[in-house]
Amino acid sequence: MIMTNIPGLIVVVPLLSAVIVALMPSGGVAWVLTLLATIATFALTVINATTGDGATVSYALGGWPPPWGIEFISDGASRLMALIISSLSVASTLYANVLIEKEIHEKDQARVYGAWLLTIGGLLGLVMTGDAFNLFVFLEISSLASVTLVAMGAGVDRRALIAGYNYLVIGAIGATFYVIGVGFCYAVTGTLNMADLAVRLPGATAAPVFVGLAFMVAGIMVKAAAFPVHMWLPAAYGYAPSAVSSLLAAIATKASIYVLARVVFTIFGGLPDVTDLLLNWVILPLSVMAMFAGTILAIYEHDLKKLLAQSSIAQIGYITLAFAIGTTSSISAGFIHMANHAMIKGGLFMAVGALMVTIGKRVTMSSIEGLGRAMPWTCSAMLVCGLSLIGLPLTAGFISKIYLVLATLDAGMNVITGLILLSSALSVLYLWKIVEVMWMRPYKGKALAENILIYGPLWLVAIANIVFGIYAKPIVDLADAAARAITGGAL
Amino acid sequence: MFDFIASHWNYLIVVVLMLIGLYIVMSRQNLVKKLVGLSIFQTALFLFYITLGRIDGGTAPIINPDVDYVYSNPLPHVLILTAIVVGVATTALGLALTLRINDAFGSIEEDEILAAKAEDGLIEEKKS
Repeated sequence: MIMTNIPGLIVVVPLLSAVIVALMPSGGVAWVLTLLATIATFALTVINATTGDGATVSYALGGWPPPWGIEFISDGASRLMALIISSLSVASTLYANVLIEKEIHEKDQARVYGAWLLTIGGLLGLVMTGDAFNLFVFLEISSLASVTLVAMGAGVDRRALIAGYNYLVIGAIGATFYVIGVGFCYAVTGTLNMADLAVRLPGATAAPVFVGLAFMVAGIMVKAAAFPVHMWLPAAYGYAPSAVSSLLAAIATKASIYVLARVVFTIFGGLPDVTDLLLNWVILPLSVMAMFAGTILAIYEHDLKKLLAQSSIAQIGYITLAFAIGTTSSISAGFIHMANHAMIKGGLFMAVGALMVTIGKRVTMSSIEGLGRAMPWTCSAMLVCGLSLIGLPLTAGFISKIYLVLATLDAGMNVITGLILLSSALSVLYLWKIVEVMWMRPYKGKALAENILIYGPLWLVAIANIVFGIYAKPIVDLADAAARAITGGAL
Repeated sequence: MFDFIASHWNYLIVVVLMLIGLYIVMSRQNLVKKLVGLSIFQTALFLFYITLGRIDGGTAPIINPDVDYVYSNPLPHVLILTAIVVGVATTALGLALTLRINDAFGSIEEDEILAAKAEDGLIEEKKS
C-alpha cells in the first residue's frame, strides 16, 4: 500500500502536515511535528531513490491514467531533486527551532511552520510532477508560501515586507509567463502531459511552439533568479528570517532550475535545433554574465546575508551554464553542482543566521570583526562551507568545479573553462575578505555564548560538505542517472 | 487584414490587456495599483485559455448520444478555474502585504517607502 504510493506520498505528507502544524497552539509543538514530517518525507525520498531498478516509475494521481490524468514521474532526475530538497529541509528544520523562537512572535510561530511545510511540499511537487499545468500550481504553492515566510522577517526588519512584496509581484509575472507558454503548446498539441508533449511537439505547427518555449523559459528564469531577472533574490534572502533564508537558499531556486532543464530537455527534447539555439545564444551568455555579475556584486557587498545572496546568483549561473552546454556530462555536472551548492549555501546562510541572533544585529563586515575567536564553532563551520564554495580540494565544491571544468573541456569550450576558473578565482576575493575580518583581527566585544542547537545542524551540513568532497560517488552516480533521465537518453 | 482582425478579435484583446497590465505593474508607484495591473495581466491569461477552448457554434460539453452537435473543449475552463484561485491568492497576499507595509512605513507609495528604507540603511551603518 505505502510502497506503491510513494511518489504521491512524498508530496502529500508535507502538504497535509502543513495544515495540522498551522493549527498547533505553540511554536514548540509545531516544530516537533514539522521535524517529524520532514524526516518522514526524507525517509520516503530515500526509499524512492533506493528501491526499484532505476527505471522510470509513473504514478497516476487518483488512478486516472496519463496522458488524461495528472502523472507523477519518479525517474533519475526527480529522485535526485527530491533527495536534495528533503535532506536539506530536515537540516534546516533542525536548525530553525531556536531561530524562529527568537525572530518571530510567539503567536505566529505555528503558522510560520505551516508555511514552511507548504514551501517544502510545493517544491517537492514541482520536481515530481509530470504535468505541465500541474507544475504551475506547485510553483505557486511554493512561492506564495515562501513570500509569506520572507515577509515574516518584518518582526526584525521592516524592509522584509518590501522584499516579500517585490518577490510576490515579480514571481507572479514569471509564473503567468510560464502558463502563457504552456497555453501555446496546449493549443497546438491538445495535451499537458510532459511525455505526451515531448512526442507531439515536433510534429506541431512551428510558430506557436517557439513562442511557447520562449514564454515558458522566460517565466522559469524569473523563478530561478537567473541573470538578468534575479533582482528579487538579494532582498528576499537578505531580509527573510535567518531560518527561512537558509531553507530557501538551499532548495528554492534549485527546484526552478530543475524545471528549466525539464522544459528544455524533456518537453522540447524532440526539437534539438530550437533548444540548441536557445541554449547557445540565450542561456549560455546570460549564465556567463551571471557568474561575473554575481561575484563582482558580492565583492562590493557589505552585508553578509546579501553578499551570500549575490554569490547565489553567480552559482545559479554555473548550474545554468552546465545545462546550456547540453552534453550528458555537462548536464550531470549541473546536477552535481545543484546538490553541492544546496549544502554549501544552506550551511553558509545557517552560519550567518547563527551570528545574527547571537550578536543581535545585522551581520556586516564590521560587526563580524574577530568573531572567529568569540564563536569558534559557528565560524569554523562557516569556514568549511566557504572553502567548499571556492572549490578547495576535499570539499564538495571541488567535485562540482572539477566535473564542470572537465565537461566544458570535453565539449571543446576552452574559453568557457577559462571564464569558470576566472570567476572562481574572483570568488576567493569576497570569501577571503570575510575570513580576514573574522579570524585575523582581535575580538573586542563581550563574550558570546554559542548554542549547540544552532551550530549542531550547521556542522551536520559542514560535515556533509567534507564527506561528499571525499566520497563523491553517490552524488555523481545519482547526477549521471539524472542527466540520462532528463534527456531521455537522447544524447 | 480586416478578416484577420475579425477572426482573432479575442487574441488581440488578450495582447492589449496583457500589455496594459504589465505596463501598470512596471510604471505605477502605488502598491495597490501595481496589484491591479497584475490582476489585469492575469485576467488576460484567463481570456487566452478560454478562447483556446471555444469553437464556433460550440455548446456546453454534455454528451448526448441521440443528438449530434459540436461542443467546446471544457479542459481550458477547468485549468483557468485553478489559475483564478491562484490569482485570487496572489492578490490577497499582495493586499495583506500592502496593509502591513502601510503600517510599517506609513505609506504605500513606492518612492516614499524607498526613502524610508534608505534611512533604515543609514541608521544601520551608524550603529555598526
